[in-house]
Amino acid sequence: MEFDTIAAISTPMGEGAIAIVRLSGDEAVDIADRIFQSPAKKQLKDVPTHTIHYGKIIDPDTQEMVEEVMVSVMRAPKTFTREDVVEINCHGGLVTVNRVLQLVLKHGARLAEPGEFTKRAFLNGRIDLSQAEAVIDLIRAKTDKAMNVALGQMEGRLSKRIKRLRQEILETLAHVEVNIDYPEYDDVEEMTHNMLIEKASYVRDEIEKLLSTSNQGKILREGLSTVIIGRPNVGKSSLLNGLVHENKAIVTDIPGTTRDVIEEYVNVRGVPLRLIDTAGIRETEDIVEKIGVERSRQVLKEADLILFVLNYNEELSEEDKKLFEAVKGTDFIVIVNKTDLPKKIDMDEVQKLANGHPIVTTSLKEDRGIDELEQQISSLFFKGDLQADDLTYVSNTRHIALLSQAKKAVEEAIEGIEQGVPIDIVQIDLTRTWELLGEIIGDSVHESLIDQLFSQFCLGK
Amino acid sequence: MNLMRYQAGEYDVIVVGAGHAGCEAGLAAARLGAKTLVVTINLDMVAFMPCNPSIGGPAKGIVVREIDALGGEMGKNIDKTYIQMRMLNTGKGPAVRALRAQADKVLYQREMKKTLEQEENLTLLQGMVEELIVEDGICKGIVTQTGAEYRSKTVVLTTGTFLRGRIIIGDLSYSSGPNNQQPSIKLSEHLEKLGFELVRFKTGTPPRVNSKTIDYSKTEIQPGDEEPRAFSYETTKYITDQLPCWLTYTSSETHKIIDENLHRSPMYSGMIKGTGPRYCPSIEDKIVRFHDKPRHQIFLEPEGRNTEEVYVQGLSTSLPEDVQRRMISTIPGLENAQIMRAGYAIEYDAIVPTQLWPTLETKKVKNLYTAGQINGTSGYEEAAGQGIMAGINAARRALNKEEIILSRSDAYIGVLIDDLVTKGTNEPYRLLTSRAEYRLLLRHDNADLRLTELGYKIGLIKKERYEKFLAKKEAIENEKKRLRSIIIKPNEQTQKLIEEVGGSPLKDGIRASDLLKRPEINYEHIKMLTESEALPKEVEEQVEIQIKYEGYIEKSLQQVEKLKRMENKKIPEDIDYDAINGLATEARQKLKQVRPISVAQASRISGVNPADISILLVYLEQGRIARVSNE
Repeated sequence: MEFDTIAAISTPMGEGAIAIVRLSGDEAVDIADRIFQSPAKKQLKDVPTHTIHYGKIIDPDTQEMVEEVMVSVMRAPKTFTREDVVEINCHGGLVTVNRVLQLVLKHGARLAEPGEFTKRAFLNGRIDLSQAEAVIDLIRAKTDKAMNVALGQMEGRLSKRIKRLRQEILETLAHVEVNIDYPEYDDVEEMTHNMLIEKASYVRDEIEKLLSTSNQGKILREGLSTVIIGRPNVGKSSLLNGLVHENKAIVTDIPGTTRDVIEEYVNVRGVPLRLIDTAGIRETEDIVEKIGVERSRQVLKEADLILFVLNYNEELSEEDKKLFEAVKGTDFIVIVNKTDLPKKIDMDEVQKLANGHPIVTTSLKEDRGIDELEQQISSLFFKGDLQADDLTYVSNTRHIALLSQAKKAVEEAIEGIEQGVPIDIVQIDLTRTWELLGEIIGDSVHESLIDQLFSQFCLGK
Repeated sequence: MNLMRYQAGEYDVIVVGAGHAGCEAGLAAARLGAKTLVVTINLDMVAFMPCNPSIGGPAKGIVVREIDALGGEMGKNIDKTYIQMRMLNTGKGPAVRALRAQADKVLYQREMKKTLEQEENLTLLQGMVEELIVEDGICKGIVTQTGAEYRSKTVVLTTGTFLRGRIIIGDLSYSSGPNNQQPSIKLSEHLEKLGFELVRFKTGTPPRVNSKTIDYSKTEIQPGDEEPRAFSYETTKYITDQLPCWLTYTSSETHKIIDENLHRSPMYSGMIKGTGPRYCPSIEDKIVRFHDKPRHQIFLEPEGRNTEEVYVQGLSTSLPEDVQRRMISTIPGLENAQIMRAGYAIEYDAIVPTQLWPTLETKKVKNLYTAGQINGTSGYEEAAGQGIMAGINAARRALNKEEIILSRSDAYIGVLIDDLVTKGTNEPYRLLTSRAEYRLLLRHDNADLRLTELGYKIGLIKKERYEKFLAKKEAIENEKKRLRSIIIKPNEQTQKLIEEVGGSPLKDGIRASDLLKRPEINYEHIKMLTESEALPKEVEEQVEIQIKYEGYIEKSLQQVEKLKRMENKKIPEDIDYDAINGLATEARQKLKQVRPISVAQASRISGVNPADISILLVYLEQGRIARVSNE
């Protein structure tokens, strides 16, 4: 075995009540031991192979309990990958599973690339030759998809912030480099420990800010708050049920809220939606009527996404137009429902009122159009079109893992500076920080430092 | 007109060119026991320095140390001929310290020529090589201008800037090698005919002025180090009589003259088409690109002890001679300076280095190696570093031995060659410390620890030196062990010393090795506190560096561990990238072009992403399984 230890959530997101975080590699058991606590105080490294154990996942830094779990330990070679494998069975849904995954990543595992478990199984001789081509397809397909998703997110603010941060680091690095490669160059003052610690601390703070969005980011934690509006009898309940049914909603009670408020969570093509105030919608059919115009405006303003339902079978009413007014300035999708009935609505006018926002026609009764709606939701989300409050968020587990590593690297740089380590050695950690941030946006070309050097300074000797 | 050809001799290795690459290649080959011929256009120009009269500096100086640790000549030769020696970056960490020497150009050449002449197994010959003898894609010798055919098992080309060289000074332009040498035209055409892709590069040199006409009182003196220093691990005699360099600056007048005459610069008139290096810009380039900078440094460097010529470092230019004269007269100290040689730009052909294997053998023609500026580098040290490796590999091929490749974690020479053959270069390539990802491991001080073993194994390091090396290594280990085992108690003497150097007092006893890790403590202190006898200076230096930076060194070594694993995954030479499903198109093209020898090398090619590497790994494993099941 010559690979590092990898980890990933190995069950599909949002499906079923149990999710599994799987680790594979030499350190799998050690890493699991660092965050696992059994009531009997047993250590996973001592348990027999192919056994399962009840216990808790604890964050060692905060001693906070994250999840109750069952952990199976399977030692090489009789495992899927022929390496040591640990599977942590969680039941808390998207949020907690993610936290467990992040904990194992923080404690030494690396996030698996798409298809990597299968790849290892193959490289360790577990899968026979005929399956090799399938492995290749898997790597290609999954990577492309992951790349596309990542790119979608990257066009957004996160990528801009990371690029800016990297440029700051790069200038600092070039400043240090110029003193090394051109010791007689007199134009820049020598980078001092004081100057460097200021820069490094800034970088650390920025990374921390980004990371905090991953912990608090409401999208990851709570889902995108989504409100369904429309006049009575346009099909709001059907839409809700359609989304919920289609996507096997995770019904959960949120800590910190009262127990009787049940919210519906659905995962639409990787976008977690929290359908808020759904009870209200069910009972009264008309949110505006129930809570008044002012209050409804407030609700609409707080929502990340509004699904605005119209009736295909009726002409646009004053009330519809009022609702168009109300959603102005928010992110909404217009759903024209009941296409199974004759058309009475004026689509041109809808188009005009929608003013560029997506329009989807559906027949929820006949199960038509839901696909297209889901497509719209996910494309809005991944293109970064949604302008929810804290949408400079980091939700991608790979990104979070890289940011955590970058933070560790810059902290080591700071520690080095504080201990008076020479700057060109501290720079090793700073360069690493820059490279890790680069991996997030898929850009780690070393040459750019040299480019920076020559564009920033006029060098001769 | 076809000259009559005749058979002139047979050799194991023929080296074409006797610059810094050619000398190292020839010497290495001969010393490895190969019967070697070194052919050069002009015997008076062996190891000539056409540009700056200095050797070493950041990264480059470490290359010289590496060449020496492998058994090469450059370090020894400069140690015999320097006029000044300085250690740079002494205020920084050990990883970036760098030695630089000012050379006596003429002496340097003479010493190197003598060494070549006295080398057994080596024949030095004046001649212009015009063709290679290539049969069935295998290089079997050379043909000179006079029709002489020399046969050999391998050939190393080190043609420097001679290939279709063209000198440009303002509007004047003529076919020439460096310093008005005869250029090599036919060989360039011949290489094209053989199917090599060539690029056009450019470099330049500043004017030389007469020392007697310089007013040094207007400049700052830059003396050499008082502490004796040497490049070679074998040097024991030091030159104490050193000459200083001098520092002055361009003035606003200089900039004005350049500005006014930019239209006469071949760089801007479009006459020069070759790509020049960014790290060594001409003065007109500096003024255009950094217009705000009020002045630029100019170093005045003597070219030797027995000459009045002074190299005007920082004033590289291809402006017309009359402009050069006016420029010079605006520089403080040079008001009345007399130009002895004008600066010029030179364009030349280089081969695209991705056409080479990491052994520096060409992929197109077997048994043909190239080294130095022909591979797109610039700098004497870069040339010499490639030269010794090409010489070693050419000789070993001729003697039926395995090839030698230095890894990026072994040496700057490894970084240099890997960069060239994996990424290519679009400007003359210069080594910089920032090109090395493991620079803490690739230090000036530990070049011997990294490479002497290899030098001895292949036969370039003699037994006597090797034994000395082993003794040094042992002494280092013993002293490290000793420091780890000694506990320093917080007694009065200790606390007083720590207080004096500004550290916080000890609370408990501490291992000597741990105390040494404190930034304010050095080996001298430890020596006092542990009452130990003096060790050789270079042993003490190693102990201090190795213990002080242990954590960082360890971290780098872990990265190297990963690199080595990928390097051990070899890619067979006959791999068919078209047969691998799933590779991205760009990756496939790049892989076919570069033909990496290991997965590590493949992963460094730009345009080959991690998914492609995964697929490659799967494919390689598939092949391995297939081979096993066929057997």
